[in-house]
Amino acid sequence: MEGVRRVSMGEMVEVLLPDGARRRGQVIEFSDRFAVVQVLEEPTGIDVRETRVRFAGSPARMPLSLDILGRRFDGAGNPVDRLPPVLPEKWKTIAGTPMNPVAREKPSRPIVTGISAIDGLNTLVRGQKLPIFSAAGLPAREIAAQILRQAGTGDGDPEPPTARRKFAVVFAAMGITFREASFFLREFERSGAAGHAVVFLNLADDPTIERLLTPRFALTAAEYLAFEHGFDVLVILTDMTSYCDALREIATAREEIPGRRSYPGYMYTDLASLYERAGCIQGRPGSVTQLPILTMPDDDITHPVPDLTGYITEGQIVLSRDLHRNGIYPPVDVLPSLSRLMNLGIGPGKTREDHRGVADQLYACYAQGRELRRLEAIVGEEGLLESDRRLRRFADAFEREFVGQGEQGRTLEETFEAGWKLLRTLPKGQLTRIRAEHVVRHYGDGAAGRAAE
Amino acid sequence: MTSEGVIIRVSGPTVVARSMAGARIHNRVLVGEDHLPGEVIRLEADRATIQVYEDTTGLCLGERVEDIGVPLLAELGPGLLGSVYDGVQRPLHAIRAKSGDFIGRGLAAPPIDRERRWEFRPAVREGDAVGPGDVLGTVAETPRIDHRVMVPPGSRGTIREIRAGTFSVLEPVALLADGTAIPMVQRWPVRMARPCRSRLPPALPFITGQRVFDVLFPLAAGGAAIIPGGFGTGKTVVEQNLAKYAGADVIVFVGCGERGNEMTEVLTEFPALTDPSTGRPLMERTVLVVNTSNMPVAAREASVYTGITIAEYYRDMGYRVALLADSISRWAEALREISSRLEEMPGEEGYPTYLASRLAGFYERGGRVSCLGGEEREGTVTVVAAVSPPGGDFSEPVTQSSQRTAGVFWALDPGLAHRRHFPAVDWKKSYSLYIGAVDDWFRETVSADWTDLRQELMALLQREEELQEVVQMVGIDALQEQERIVLTVSRMVREHFLRQSAYSEADATCTPEKGYRMLKAFLSFHALCRDLLARKVPVESILALPVREELERMKELPGEGFREAADGLIARIAQGGGNR
Repeated sequence: MEGVRRVSMGEMVEVLLPDGARRRGQVIEFSDRFAVVQVLEEPTGIDVRETRVRFAGSPARMPLSLDILGRRFDGAGNPVDRLPPVLPEKWKTIAGTPMNPVAREKPSRPIVTGISAIDGLNTLVRGQKLPIFSAAGLPAREIAAQILRQAGTGDGDPEPPTARRKFAVVFAAMGITFREASFFLREFERSGAAGHAVVFLNLADDPTIERLLTPRFALTAAEYLAFEHGFDVLVILTDMTSYCDALREIATAREEIPGRRSYPGYMYTDLASLYERAGCIQGRPGSVTQLPILTMPDDDITHPVPDLTGYITEGQIVLSRDLHRNGIYPPVDVLPSLSRLMNLGIGPGKTREDHRGVADQLYACYAQGRELRRLEAIVGEEGLLESDRRLRRFADAFEREFVGQGEQGRTLEETFEAGWKLLRTLPKGQLTRIRAEHVVRHYGDGAAGRAAE
Repeated sequence: MTSEGVIIRVSGPTVVARSMAGARIHNRVLVGEDHLPGEVIRLEADRATIQVYEDTTGLCLGERVEDIGVPLLAELGPGLLGSVYDGVQRPLHAIRAKSGDFIGRGLAAPPIDRERRWEFRPAVREGDAVGPGDVLGTVAETPRIDHRVMVPPGSRGTIREIRAGTFSVLEPVALLADGTAIPMVQRWPVRMARPCRSRLPPALPFITGQRVFDVLFPLAAGGAAIIPGGFGTGKTVVEQNLAKYAGADVIVFVGCGERGNEMTEVLTEFPALTDPSTGRPLMERTVLVVNTSNMPVAAREASVYTGITIAEYYRDMGYRVALLADSISRWAEALREISSRLEEMPGEEGYPTYLASRLAGFYERGGRVSCLGGEEREGTVTVVAAVSPPGGDFSEPVTQSSQRTAGVFWALDPGLAHRRHFPAVDWKKSYSLYIGAVDDWFRETVSADWTDLRQELMALLQREEELQEVVQMVGIDALQEQERIVLTVSRMVREHFLRQSAYSEADATCTPEKGYRMLKAFLSFHALCRDLLARKVPVESILALPVREELERMKELPGEGFREAADGLIARIAQGGGNR
């Protein structure tokens, strides 16, 4: 676009089409001769002769008030629930500003999800960003819904989180199908979260570019609820792979130098500007916890989308096709899964004194058992030592009983008991990753262990 | 000379301004009405390209750009220790006081507190001739660190007046005959290495407190190490452990493009943790430079230079300094982003072709030096940089370029990390080029057979590797008894010697003496097993020896009394492995 005089970076514009229709856009680059405007909606009908552009004078902003709870918006922040626009208490630019690292509060309150593979081994903590690495055909959304349904504080709080007043869900759908979106909306209704949910929907057939704004609207809403009104906010972002594809589409259209798999070189920074908006602030009660969902193309964890996400987020929950095929739900592959903030949220007073040791021991034994399974495939069961055979059986039982808990939620105590039940099948002396006094306290009389021997 | 121009183009973090004739490359500028800080990175006739250290959203065509006339400077003086800065040395606590919990735009605050007064104790007399690096006096910056106030590089003369008493950092403490006033604070352009009298080859080890590093792949004080590893392999935990336990007087930690919550962990933990060697709070020896991944890209590019300039400054006082950068890949990405905005011809993976030379220039600012100044002083800057290769693939440009300069390669392996073997150091890929330089110290200080034990350990791990291949093909039954012993002992060594839990109180750090005794015990156990086997004792009963569990819990023994307990264990193993 030429002949622009007063223009600023990131400013919103209105594109007036010859037929009177209006489209929204954003300034993404300018010089003294031209401005580059990115059109956010369907560009059909735009021509170079008669189309006019009006500048709004400010970057994209969102009207905010507590009335956004229970509302539904499109990917660009317009209400789509046939209700009137939100009466704003304040406006905020959706790009947000970085949280000052010295103002952050160290996340330390665990969220008990009722899923053993998460609570026991990869504990989720308030203020964390923990993505689910899924792949085509795997039940990521069911797990996200289950977390939403069961998430509690673990301090004996009997109420589901959705019933508590200061809990909110912000849901941002980017490029997902109508079917998937309606699954989540139904889940919100079912779990009673609908009244506490703010929903942003950019479906697969909505404009691609709008997808870049959707998570920013969602996170602006989340920050507002968390840090100005003290809500504990759980943000579900799905599907981050569609978001990144949109980013790539725009970058290519702008003739930028493509990086790995044609994604732009600044994708790390761009993703960080979303994921880093999770957290807690000193002296403020609320928190923003993110649960992004992404699809690993062709199950490839080294693909740029999971790769860059993993570098920014505080761990990841990886789903496994093998487990899924064996009918294990939730099919969480615990070996590549990780929660970096786990240690801040566990231990005496938070979960249990033996949490670290039990988690380490289960991991170590399962990893050994998995390796032995590979070996057994080559040399047969007779080729293994008895102690190895025991570990090998441990790995099977671990997948079936500890991970594969089904739809039913487990309390923390039930998760620990499930873990100890497996550990008791191993000789006491082998549990060197657990502190000796914890072994004494929880191992029992060793009847199971002796039977195993 | 200063000049003033107007914005004619904005693209991402770069801005082009007109009528900037007179500006110099790397001069600092203030951009727009909000006075966003920036730096001139290219000049064409009167057009200057500027990288802006803040988000450019909202900048308008025609807004003014003001040239300050000086390059990006680091402010150096008492009060640095314990501070938290962003990439261009803005103090984050002061910024928070100004703009609240989220970082506002165009904020400025002096890096070093202007109000605070320090007790200055002069070390020279009137009439003394002084030159660059000479110590004018000292300030007790912390109970541990005497801050030596030095004549800045470039000044020389005779002392006309020297003061004693309490001063703020800007008040002059010395006057030279030519009238030059020297305050406690000095400034230095971050992109230039601070001068030293001469550079020295490394000779002493940099003790990390991690067995796998100190024993197998030692780093020299004044050397450079890189830690490449995919996500989840534990780079950050390694860097944080080094910050906590490494043998250094001053730690400069640069959080470059990484997670905000991790920095919070450091910020809340360090004041509460104590330095194992001095018993003082860890924060007292630490300077944090934090530019998290969502903070502006251009400031991220500057952050490593800000960090290393502060490190060099303490080196010049004669201290052992460690610069820990997490992660250098994010710095390289910032460089790439700016390069692509400048429309430079991209090299490999889109990185500019000068990536390798910039990286080398950065690593080479570390080193062991003889400091400037009349008095003989030696200082070191040890650089440890985490590298985050995309997809964990070490053939990418940042890993490769770093590998060419750094003398230590601590490769992290996702397979080990998945098994929760931390630090997940891959002993097959890792190496140290400093072994020859530092082993004399270990042999003299710890034990004469240090080098032999390391070799025996490497041979054992290598043998295990070969045997594993056999087992994979034909099963464990095909192995001889002696080989099964090798597999068992090497597994014990991996699990209970190479592994070290960052969360265990007794095991989080390990002195070379403790590491040596542990290794000695494990290898003695191996010798005992071979010996028993030769005497026809069945493998099963050898492996059931009671000392085995003792060995496996050896790492958990407390530091106090460790030596006696360990020597007792080694002696019992030597006598046949019986009970106490």
